Amino acid sequence: MKAKFNIIESTCIPLPLENVDTDQIIPARFLKATTRDEKFFGDNLFCDWRYDKDGQAKKDFVFNQPDFCAAPAEGVHQILVAGKNFGSGSSREHAAWAIAGYGFRVVISSFFADIHKNNELNNFVLPVVVSEDFLAELFSTIASDPQMKVKVDVPAQTVTNTVTGREEHFDINGYKKYCLMNALDDIDYLLEQKTKIEAFESTR
Amino acid sequence: MNTLFDKIWDSHVVSLIEDGPTQLYIDRLYCHEVTSPQAFDGLRARGIKCLRPEKIFCMPDHNTPTHDQDKPIEDPVGKKQVDALAANAAEFGLKHFAMGTHDNCIIHVVGPEKGLSLPGMTIVCGDSHTSTHGAMGAVAFGIGTSEVEMVLASQCILQQKPKSMSIRIEGELRPGVTAKDIALYLMMKLTTSGATGYFVEYRGSAVKALSMEGRLTLCNLSIEMGARGGFVAPDETTFEYIKGREYAPKGEDWDNAVAYWKTLYSGDDAVFDCEVVYDAADITPMITYGTNPGMGMPIDGSIPMDTAQKALDYMGLEAGEKLLGHPVDYVFLGACTNGRIEDFRAFTSVVRGHQKAEGVTAWLVPGSWMVYDQIKEEGLDKELEAAGFAIRQPGCSACLAMNDDKIPAGKYSVSTSNRNFEGRQGPGSRTFLASPLTAAAAAITGKVTDPREFIQ
Repeated sequence: MKAKFNIIESTCIPLPLENVDTDQIIPARFLKATTRDEKFFGDNLFCDWRYDKDGQAKKDFVFNQPDFCAAPAEGVHQILVAGKNFGSGSSREHAAWAIAGYGFRVVISSFFADIHKNNELNNFVLPVVVSEDFLAELFSTIASDPQMKVKVDVPAQTVTNTVTGREEHFDINGYKKYCLMNALDDIDYLLEQKTKIEAFESTR
Repeated sequence: MNTLFDKIWDSHVVSLIEDGPTQLYIDRLYCHEVTSPQAFDGLRARGIKCLRPEKIFCMPDHNTPTHDQDKPIEDPVGKKQVDALAANAAEFGLKHFAMGTHDNCIIHVVGPEKGLSLPGMTIVCGDSHTSTHGAMGAVAFGIGTSEVEMVLASQCILQQKPKSMSIRIEGELRPGVTAKDIALYLMMKLTTSGATGYFVEYRGSAVKALSMEGRLTLCNLSIEMGARGGFVAPDETTFEYIKGREYAPKGEDWDNAVAYWKTLYSGDDAVFDCEVVYDAADITPMITYGTNPGMGMPIDGSIPMDTAQKALDYMGLEAGEKLLGHPVDYVFLGACTNGRIEDFRAFTSVVRGHQKAEGVTAWLVPGSWMVYDQIKEEGLDKELEAAGFAIRQPGCSACLAMNDDKIPAGKYSVSTSNRNFEGRQGPGSRTFLASPLTAAAAAITGKVTDPREFIQ
């Protein structure tokens, strides 16, 4: 069972790159798995940026830096902050499994690619769209204070930079919000719709 | 309002969830081996079957080797995935086009070719290039594995209705300019996120003049502009292409189908959420220089001065540099983007009377066995062999480095595939995306070359 969403207040990992595509989030060679082992995908999140070809951690990549290398836990590194057009390219849901598997519960960006955004939601990772200004300020706050926290209030649909106090509203439809807050997925819903589906088919 | 997108989408709405997504009925689900195993696991965990197995077709393509397909796949992990698809199809009663049979190959080539993808349909697959099938006049889009599970279980998907976008290309394409160049041009103009949130209808005289192969290439690349999908309204070109294909309607069903398909167009009063118009004459042969498909330029252009340093470092290039004359190590013709018969004809037209450059490794990979057979029937294989090229067995090949065909680190490829992301064609590989004509010109010169030099 997935954890229900309410209020998440956590330190963040910043990835101030634009157009991060899903081939970078999880390279194709990890797509050969036939199970949904989130730990496996999480261990290989951003693999070619995190590790060199000998499997050694690349020190210049943010996940390997002292301020950000601690594994996500309650209040710690549960939020990924990424540049605009995050998750473009391939539809591979493995990218969302890798993000969830690493321990992120929220991804903040000014723009998400469509398919990846749905994939995150279907894996109980919340994509939060903020303004370019909010994002720029957030990157700058994290740069000067890596321990700063962001508060994501799902019931109120607000995201707050707790250092500057800047708060923004974010969009999520009522149905998905209900699903996240109650840990329900779309398949549970669709399986209850069989009568409607058969009625639709009979009209064609 | 009253766009073709509205017509098709609205006629598939099963229900609207209050303050939520639409429950959309799906006419066709395709499954390949990479994005489906976990969805079938989901069905097993819930103890359920497929609601409409007859609407679902499975075929492995990503892991398929492009040689010795009659033998087992050497990579045990890839083999396991391909075997899992076969087992899942058998367990759930789904049609499966197995590797090694003539039915098998790249879903986005096989679906249209067999008449499985038809005008007015909603079509999904756990693959972003499902947009390809839009060329048939269908609403086709890529989905994630959880969504594959939704469709397996209920033949429906929950989706927010995208906005509609009209991309009109008017006028005549210049010699040496192909559907691939149109797409690379659009990505250069619109960026890789310019159409995010939209479903695109390609319109205008230059689009209508494209063959079905050209339209399939154009629609294939819709996702690279961020669009969920893109389509072309069906017309006589479409009907002519579909007629007589294996799964196409026959007899009276055919007449009824065509009568319906003829109603599938955007009304004169159609209102799109976004409209752009381009002049076909402005489009030249294109090539990419960076690490996303939007980082493209006319083949004789110079790399923009504001190009991201990270991309330049990866590609081993400098801002301001021209690509013409840049050495090329590999050439790849194929993929769901450019693996069709017209692409092989185009490639052959350039290399005819020339020889493959020494030092260039060329992989020519048909998108299906039907394309493979047609290459032989037309004698293109003999002409290509005379020029020093060999045809491989069909598959996804070097598009995404999940089978044996990988570009080595640091090497440059001119590729007709769809993505130039870091590592896409193999760890450290460096990709220049281009048309089959440009790929052919590179293959015989060993460097980035303007294909117009070889066109009468």
